[in-house]
Amino acid sequence: MHDRILITQAGLAERTRKSRWPARLDLLQSATGLLLALFLCGHLFFDSSILIGKDAMWVVSKFYEGYFFFGKAHPWLVSLVAGLLFVVFMAHALLALRKFPVNYRQYRTIRAHVRAMRHGDTRLWLWQVYSGFLLFFFGAAHLYQMAFWPQLIGPHASSDRIWSDALWPFYLILLTVAVLHAAIGLYRLALKWGWPRFSRPVLKFLRGTLFAFFLTLGLLALAQYMWIGLLHSDHYGERYTPSWAAPETQTAQGETP
Amino acid sequence: MPDSNAPAEALRHRFLTLEILRYNPQEAGSLPRLQSYRIEEADGMTLFIALNEIRTRQDPTLQFDFVCRAGICGSCAMMVNGRPRLACRTLTLDYPDHITLTPLPFFELIGDLSVNTGKWMRGMSERLATWLHGREETVDVTRIEERMEPEVAEAIYEMDRCVECGCCVAACGTAQMREDFVGAVGFGKIARFRLDPRDTRTDDDFYEVIGDDRGVFGCMSLLACHDVCPKNLPLQTQIAFLRRKMAMVG
Ligand code: HEM
Ligand code: SF4
Ligand code: SF4
Ligand code: FES
Repeated sequence: MHDRILITQAGLAERTRKSRWPARLDLLQSATGLLLALFLCGHLFFDSSILIGKDAMWVVSKFYEGYFFFGKAHPWLVSLVAGLLFVVFMAHALLALRKFPVNYRQYRTIRAHVRAMRHGDTRLWLWQVYSGFLLFFFGAAHLYQMAFWPQLIGPHASSDRIWSDALWPFYLILLTVAVLHAAIGLYRLALKWGWPRFSRPVLKFLRGTLFAFFLTLGLLALAQYMWIGLLHSDHYGERYTPSWAAPETQTAQGETP
Repeated sequence: MPDSNAPAEALRHRFLTLEILRYNPQEAGSLPRLQSYRIEEADGMTLFIALNEIRTRQDPTLQFDFVCRAGICGSCAMMVNGRPRLACRTLTLDYPDHITLTPLPFFELIGDLSVNTGKWMRGMSERLATWLHGREETVDVTRIEERMEPEVAEAIYEMDRCVECGCCVAACGTAQMREDFVGAVGFGKIARFRLDPRDTRTDDDFYEVIGDDRGVFGCMSLLACHDVCPKNLPLQTQIAFLRRKMAMVG
């Protein structure tokens, strides 16, 4: 171990047996990307339960707080998931840094190349870099919020945040950028590893479909939250509990008004 | 009436404007600029013909490379309207009447449209050791060759069609940003020797030459290489295949 460090410091690492790390990092980049993308898809489905109704969304959010297992809501379970996701997210961002154009010369080169070549997949990669860069900030803020204020997820709490706390522009950007990044990412993942073995036109079609479907789903859900938030703005802060649910759920959250 | 036909015949031909990048790195004070040339299109005109026409009739100083003019030697690659192509295999007819010609990026520029792809290809070949590493040191020509399955021979031949034109490297966004990137042509060669049953190298050996970010893990799968290769080499699947194999070593 010590020898290795000294050999590396002497600038001779390239002369020894090649490190296995580049292979692992490449796999890890893809694995974290895949995980985040799958999570995003699942997340958008649960998120859009609000389109079915407040009760449906309430059930989903309580489900994740373990209410139906323990008979009591534990918002820290959500914190745990958000925290784990944050680690994956940070690992992915760190690995992605390796690919960023990191100085003016590189950026100018790749941009001119994209413009002059007019090659679709090369341009898409630049979009992936742009959207990934935005996710640094928007994704991080969102995950942080969910990790530290998990109890504020629910049909009314979420709507209040989106409408009365005026966070809808934030969610609009986050949604668009994340879905774009994930759709391009999944497409490139398939090309990169040669699996699933669909032809490129098919993969392009899937990419477009995925993007359109999840963006539409997310936008509809966002609109619904905004609408509920608007109607609910006079009762800002009041939580929602279905009439059929035990009143215990409210006390379990420890924040009955 | 052959006489009245002649002008009508001429009218069918377009006048082309070729905008060509001029720059001579050997000449002190030379600055890169684009120079326009106007020529009349002829039937079946390729860029090879157009460039020669310009050089013989308009500007003897114009530098560009050709050898075989049949898409075999790979020396005439240049950027045509922003994309790498073999000039001798490019019909002007397939383009609008305004065509830009610039040298391949990435490679050492000799002057105008002429680049030294050969020098880089040789360096790449030495770095990756792209020759057969057989069992025996010397080849005994009197002995009958080992048998090879026809399918294997065909798959090898498929990759051997590479003419080392450099189009794939010029099209590659990764290579533009990182000068030490191996490029699709290098991956193609490794894939070729990996297929060859006579080659004794293992995946561990191949990992030693392409198992890092200058090699296969640096490839961002932008696939411009695959889309521009004038020989239509299956670069997409070959690179993905190498990536899987090399990831398994790691
Ligand atoms: C919602 C969160 C995210 C999802 C769903 C996601 C998904 C993906 C996927 C599936 C890939 C393809 C993986 C690969 O090429 O191996 C990818 C690549 C990439 N991601 Fe993300 N990602 C997310 C967040 C981020 C963040 C925060 C950054 C910012 C640094 C980022 C930057 C990148 C870059 C630059 C690439 C391209 C890497 C390459 O070309 O090899 N991503 N992402
Ligand atoms: S792989 Fe194709 S584009 Fe690349 S050098 Fe060979 S023939 Fe040219
Ligand atoms: S797939 Fe893209 S990054 Fe990889 S060698 Fe081809 S052009 Fe370059
Ligand atoms: S001149 Fe040989 S390939 Fe064009």
